[in-house]
Amino acid sequence: MKVVWTDVLVIGGGLAGLRTAVGAARHGLEVVVLSLVPAKRSHSAAAMGGMQASLANAVKGEGDNEDAHFEDTVRGSDWGADQRVVRMFVHTAPKAVRELAAWGVPWNRVRSGARDAVINGEHVTLTERAEAHGLITARDFGGTKKWRTAFVSDGTGHSMLYTVGDRAIAEGVAVHERTEALALVHDGRRCYGAIVRDLRSGELVAYVATATCIATGGYGRLYQVTTNAVINQGIGAAIALETGVVGLGNMEAVQFHPTCIVPAGILVTEGCRGDGGLLRDAAGHRFMPDYEPEKKELASRDVVSRRMEEHIRNGKAVQARHGAHLWLDITLLGPDHIHRRLREVYEICRYFLGIDPTKDWIPVRPAQHYSMGGIRTDLHGHSPHLRGLFACGEAACWDLHGFNRLGGNSVAETVVAGMIVGEAIADWCASAAADATVPVGLVREHHDRVRGELDALQGAAGGENPTALMAQMQRLMTDQVCVFRTGPTLQMAVEELTELLRRSRRLRVPRLPGANPALADAYRVQKMLRLALCVTVGALARTESRGAHFREDHPRRNDRDWLKRTLAFWPRPDGDEPALSYETLDVMAMELPPGWRGYGARDHIDHPDTESRRAQVDALRAQLAGADRHAIQSELMPFLEELPPALRGRNERLAEPIA
Amino acid sequence: MYEDTSLTGRRLRLRILRHNPQDPGSSPRFETFELDETDGMTLFIALNEVRATLDASLQFDFVCRAGICGSCGMLIDGRPGLACRTLTRDIGPEITLAPLPVFELIGDLSVDTGKWMRAMAERLETWVHAAGEPALDRLEARMDPDLAEQIYELDRCIECGCCVAGCGTARMRPDFVGAVGVNKLARFRLDPRDTRDDAAYYDLVGTEEGVFGCMTLLGCEDVCPKGLSLAAQLAFVRRRMALQGLRGGSR
Repeated sequence: MKVVWTDVLVIGGGLAGLRTAVGAARHGLEVVVLSLVPAKRSHSAAAMGGMQASLANAVKGEGDNEDAHFEDTVRGSDWGADQRVVRMFVHTAPKAVRELAAWGVPWNRVRSGARDAVINGEHVTLTERAEAHGLITARDFGGTKKWRTAFVSDGTGHSMLYTVGDRAIAEGVAVHERTEALALVHDGRRCYGAIVRDLRSGELVAYVATATCIATGGYGRLYQVTTNAVINQGIGAAIALETGVVGLGNMEAVQFHPTCIVPAGILVTEGCRGDGGLLRDAAGHRFMPDYEPEKKELASRDVVSRRMEEHIRNGKAVQARHGAHLWLDITLLGPDHIHRRLREVYEICRYFLGIDPTKDWIPVRPAQHYSMGGIRTDLHGHSPHLRGLFACGEAACWDLHGFNRLGGNSVAETVVAGMIVGEAIADWCASAAADATVPVGLVREHHDRVRGELDALQGAAGGENPTALMAQMQRLMTDQVCVFRTGPTLQMAVEELTELLRRSRRLRVPRLPGANPALADAYRVQKMLRLALCVTVGALARTESRGAHFREDHPRRNDRDWLKRTLAFWPRPDGDEPALSYETLDVMAMELPPGWRGYGARDHIDHPDTESRRAQVDALRAQLAGADRHAIQSELMPFLEELPPALRGRNERLAEPIA
Repeated sequence: MYEDTSLTGRRLRLRILRHNPQDPGSSPRFETFELDETDGMTLFIALNEVRATLDASLQFDFVCRAGICGSCGMLIDGRPGLACRTLTRDIGPEITLAPLPVFELIGDLSVDTGKWMRAMAERLETWVHAAGEPALDRLEARMDPDLAEQIYELDRCIECGCCVAGCGTARMRPDFVGAVGVNKLARFRLDPRDTRDDAAYYDLVGTEEGVFGCMTLLGCEDVCPKGLSLAAQLAFVRRRMALQGLRGGSR
């Protein structure tokens, strides 16, 4: 058995994993990052439109601050988020943008003076302030009160990933490329590392670590129609689930992005609508104002996707050979804007659709895009169920996004979480609690078990075919566990997924030296089916509608019965279904008590505590009227002490200078 | 993606250069796979169909399948390009696919660009060499808006390796940094946040393995899927480094 020893093992080489690794390495810890692909090819590179942070430099961002970002994010989450995590996040996001700026991200900058912009379908002139010239600018995004999304054309994720990737190289972080963690080494209480497959040679290696952090991104590939990269299969979440003791939070909370091109299923950024693009139907009619007079095209993603699907059901879609779609019209932005700020969109339209978006409308339809659910952790990314196991970024549920993530909050989360969790890992590694005698027998036991499982998948012909099972699962998820959900359909989906899981125990692939892609498909589909069952069983149980989880048979948000976070466990390795439990969200501790989001449906069922908490908050605000906003905030819901000391300082803005 | 099974009526023949270095019994050979072309088919779709229905052992690399991540560089009818955004209707019906040269072969169409790019990054130190740690609570340093856009122009490189595969020098000098390396150096040279001067850059690329190895064949720019101005960057950096050489070269 080959063993690699390290202080910190980070599984996943995207933005979250790399930033965490840099943070831990700066404390003198030895860090190894495992990555399925060269780190710079991670799916973070595909984030296009930008990163939210309340810098308030652009004229349309004037007056922005952490309070506004906090409220937008909580409303966006449909009150599913942990509000303390949201506070930690919005406080750290400006620091993250500024750190990335210093490290080399070429953020687009404010240019003082008048400029042309498109707002609500009209050409307007915006005049940027002279004192903001050269500071980081922002564009508009959905579900926000201010223009808050910092960007690098529409290649924001690419520039961020390359900058952080190169920073990790500068700090000497080792990245073991083309490796895949197949199981965590643990004793039910403590995590000791992972059993890892080398995807070049097929060899199994045990990595033993004081701290293990999963940052493997989302599980979009459970779906047939998804914007996600082919590597976003949720394997990191699955190996945590397969410990039997680690819970996954809110797996039914799956985001569908409004503008995915048809038929290739590739994302075009929300920046298209943020910059003034419109949604149109088969008749060329701009339909969003009919449904959402307040925010129109720029309501939150769950709301826009639902309205688009509703409009398609109402017979207003273009009926193309490969199905129905609507149009995204960015022609009104003009060629100059598109060639400078929406370049990837232009390239995607040209190569995959053969159209010119400066002249032609883009065929779009909602598609799976983001996983709000993931490995449940505390405020510092530490699993409450398995000590020594951390998770961050899209793979985790700490829980920043609740039931709907705002555009621009995910790349921001990756780096912010990395800054926080990297410190938490360093603290853990320095603590007496982390000291442990690693039981070598336990490592060997896990290694041999994985070896045995892989051996059982290879050999005699005649078993099930992994690509066929994968395709059936993906089609089923897209057909039955999508934007609109109903009890009977979900029940049917659970039964079909259970059957697929049973069939997946009879998978057989040829035994080949080296990478053996068919073997990888086989073990991955087994893991993915467990995740698909967590999503679907969770969705079936949640008899309400919240954020992206919409039940046609239970269309109202129900705070009275469902203001709680789903936890899915997989108690028996050979079991067919997850076990669900719930964590209650405490209304009396919320800074922003539940209410209407400012867009979308208005008729929710209140929690019995909502009114008294609202009265408390109002009284406190009245009592502290005129006080500093930070002082008011800390009375309502203190959070600063949860942050590492270096991240606690106030953020400077033009309107809030620091002496 | 949406299922689109409407056939164009064309039968594609994919001639693929196969070899698995992990298998002692394997030797390089061409194998041909036939499949029906569907409307809007890309090489991403075609190769996945070959693996799903004809040969489960076929190795290739895709990640984003949207022309963004740079994973799927390969020789398509002899020319380096991104397979994911190559529509079969633009080529074929006989299509020859081979792995990118220069890079270490992992198997079939999969090559180790990651290892090559990491070595290049370590050698050229492709990160901002700043004067100190940033004050994260303070207003960020200002930057001219045009300069920020110029830096992004060079920052758009996706390290796909096509320029290296299309480079005459890289075939002869295994240590040549390639257009990808010189472009990166030009990017950091343009960036005021990086404190390195031309003497420091001369240490990195003022050699035959660096910018002076370029023979100006300009295959790199012809095949760059992002349309980067690699010829201009090579010429510019070479001129600066030649001037630096006259001034005494490295420090």
